[in-house]
Amino acid sequence: MATDVPPPRGGAETGPAQPTTEQFLAEQESEEFGELRHAHRSFAFPLTIGFIAWYLLYVLLSNYAGGFMDTKVVGNINVALVFGLAQFLTTFLIAWFYSRYATTKLDPKGEAIKSRMEADV
Amino acid sequence: MSPAVTHPAVQFLAASATEKHRPLIITLFAVFVVATLVITVWAGRQTKSASDFYAGGRQFTAFQNGLAVSGDYMSAASFLGIAGSIAIFGYDGFLYSIGFLVAWLVALLLVAEPLRNSGRYTMGDVLAYRMKQRPVRTAAGASTIVVSIFYLLAQMAGAGVLVSLLLGITTDAGKVLIVALVGVLMILYVTIGGMKGTTWVQMVKAVLLIAGTILITFLILLKFNFNISDLLGTAAKNSGKGSDFLNPGLKYGKTGTTKLDFISLGIALVLGTAGLPHILIRFYTVPTAKAARKSVNWAIGIIGAFYLMTIVLGFGAAAILKPGDIIASNPAGNTAAPLAALEIGGGADSTGGAILLAVISAVAFATILAVVAGLTLASSSSFAHDIYANVIRKGKATEKEEMRAARWSTVAIGAVAIVLGAFARDLNVAGLVALAFAVAASANLPTILYSLFWKRFTTQGALWSIYGGLVSSVVLVLFSPVVSGNPKTSMFKGVDFHWFPLENPGLISIPLGFLLGILGSLLSKEEPDKGKYAELEVKSLTGIGAH
Repeated sequence: MATDVPPPRGGAETGPAQPTTEQFLAEQESEEFGELRHAHRSFAFPLTIGFIAWYLLYVLLSNYAGGFMDTKVVGNINVALVFGLAQFLTTFLIAWFYSRYATTKLDPKGEAIKSRMEADV
Repeated sequence: MSPAVTHPAVQFLAASATEKHRPLIITLFAVFVVATLVITVWAGRQTKSASDFYAGGRQFTAFQNGLAVSGDYMSAASFLGIAGSIAIFGYDGFLYSIGFLVAWLVALLLVAEPLRNSGRYTMGDVLAYRMKQRPVRTAAGASTIVVSIFYLLAQMAGAGVLVSLLLGITTDAGKVLIVALVGVLMILYVTIGGMKGTTWVQMVKAVLLIAGTILITFLILLKFNFNISDLLGTAAKNSGKGSDFLNPGLKYGKTGTTKLDFISLGIALVLGTAGLPHILIRFYTVPTAKAARKSVNWAIGIIGAFYLMTIVLGFGAAAILKPGDIIASNPAGNTAAPLAALEIGGGADSTGGAILLAVISAVAFATILAVVAGLTLASSSSFAHDIYANVIRKGKATEKEEMRAARWSTVAIGAVAIVLGAFARDLNVAGLVALAFAVAASANLPTILYSLFWKRFTTQGALWSIYGGLVSSVVLVLFSPVVSGNPKTSMFKGVDFHWFPLENPGLISIPLGFLLGILGSLLSKEEPDKGKYAELEVKSLTGIGAH
């Protein structure tokens, strides 16, 4: 037994009908859900590792590559500032990139599974 | 002159400038307070169910929530703290802006949507989903409250700083009075307005903050003919540090230890956001996971634009103010932004300067109030829903009892915040918030990620990770230079019991939190609940059965 109290109850908010645990277990094993999970993980995980590595590179260069970061690019604008602004740019781009991917690749798969399961409840 | 003491001459500079215009300042503050209280009462009338109180009825649009998320996130730390850090330390202060922004990608890619799909009211809903409810909910409640109180401390420090600048109040009594006022207001917002009221207050504040920041940024850029290079050059020259001011390392490049501190801070910032309970519960206020995703995108746009402007605010303050005045007014630089507003408006003797100072201070005050309301709501929700309803009453509390518990815990948390707020005046508020980020990244993020994505995660793993991350980060802070040992900026001056060399504990406590989650799971005898994991995984990716 994994839970010693029942799941939270006691709201007037009557939640939607819930599939049974058996249905969830079967769904988790299904090929369709496997594809959705793979589509999410194979996109989100490497991208997360990528942007964290890119950010840490910036942190480490700031610390240990003074000469390089101090190089002036234009006027008083140095490599360090350009690097910092590049972090802003990549953040905006990654957010846009992920959202486009989620809308086109993840949402249709998720919605298909959801409506199929809801029909079975 | 000891830098630890607020310099009276600078206090008078600002205070005398505001002396004549004090009615204006007080009017602006009062208008904001009255307007937000009206909103709160209006929202309170529509708050009937627990879902209204905790989640604002889940009917906000993605844009509204994006605005409110921004209002919840851009705290006194972002506004006063970052500008101050850049004004004193130049480039090194800029790390905050970058870390605070990049961190949103963790929330966007891994946390916001699954959380919205599988949780209901609190972060604890997701942390405890697959686990034994009572121990994990207790742990989640404890870490929610600790993170929120660290964060509250920073906001209270900001409030104390503002008022001493504006009204020339340097006495403890005056400071306590204003901190108490903030505390009372946040209790009113949350107990009456719940999540609906808090959300509207945060939206109003986000608009005010962005507008105020655009105004000052524009005026500073105008002064330098929109030549950023010129602005940076003047800041470097005026700071007395020369080109070092624009290069990394002024604050963190001194020794090997300070360099480690920089890495520690950097990691805490980027991993903290997705573990902040007051941010996470905002995703429950929209109807679907897709709307949660869109609200994060709005927030990234708004927050990113704001942080870009903090560069101008910070370097602008350094360029137009005397460096001695910034530090003399507040050793941690917290008053650099308001002082820059005073200067750019025409200086201490001008009406323009006094008006801008008043406007910016009112914006900062609004910022603080909106954030403390969000923090108080997060901690009282967690107390009422996780600890009272699910641990103490074992899930048998009625909705009415649960909401009553939430309101009483709001009062209690407000009281704690008022008491603690009196101690934190000279700490840089961005640094304080960074501690909250470190605790959140150490205690909350590992369990959120393992719960959602790792099949073998167990109750013991969750408990080891939450408590291990929580205790290690808090203990390391307690014995760090933030609390004692630094005569200029420590919380307790004149004593020294520090042995941990870094100001931010993230470098140690975050990996420890992640590691303990793995160890606790692999070493536990209990089998992971396969059925519950199937429920959580399918729900989190599809939204089936979501409230």
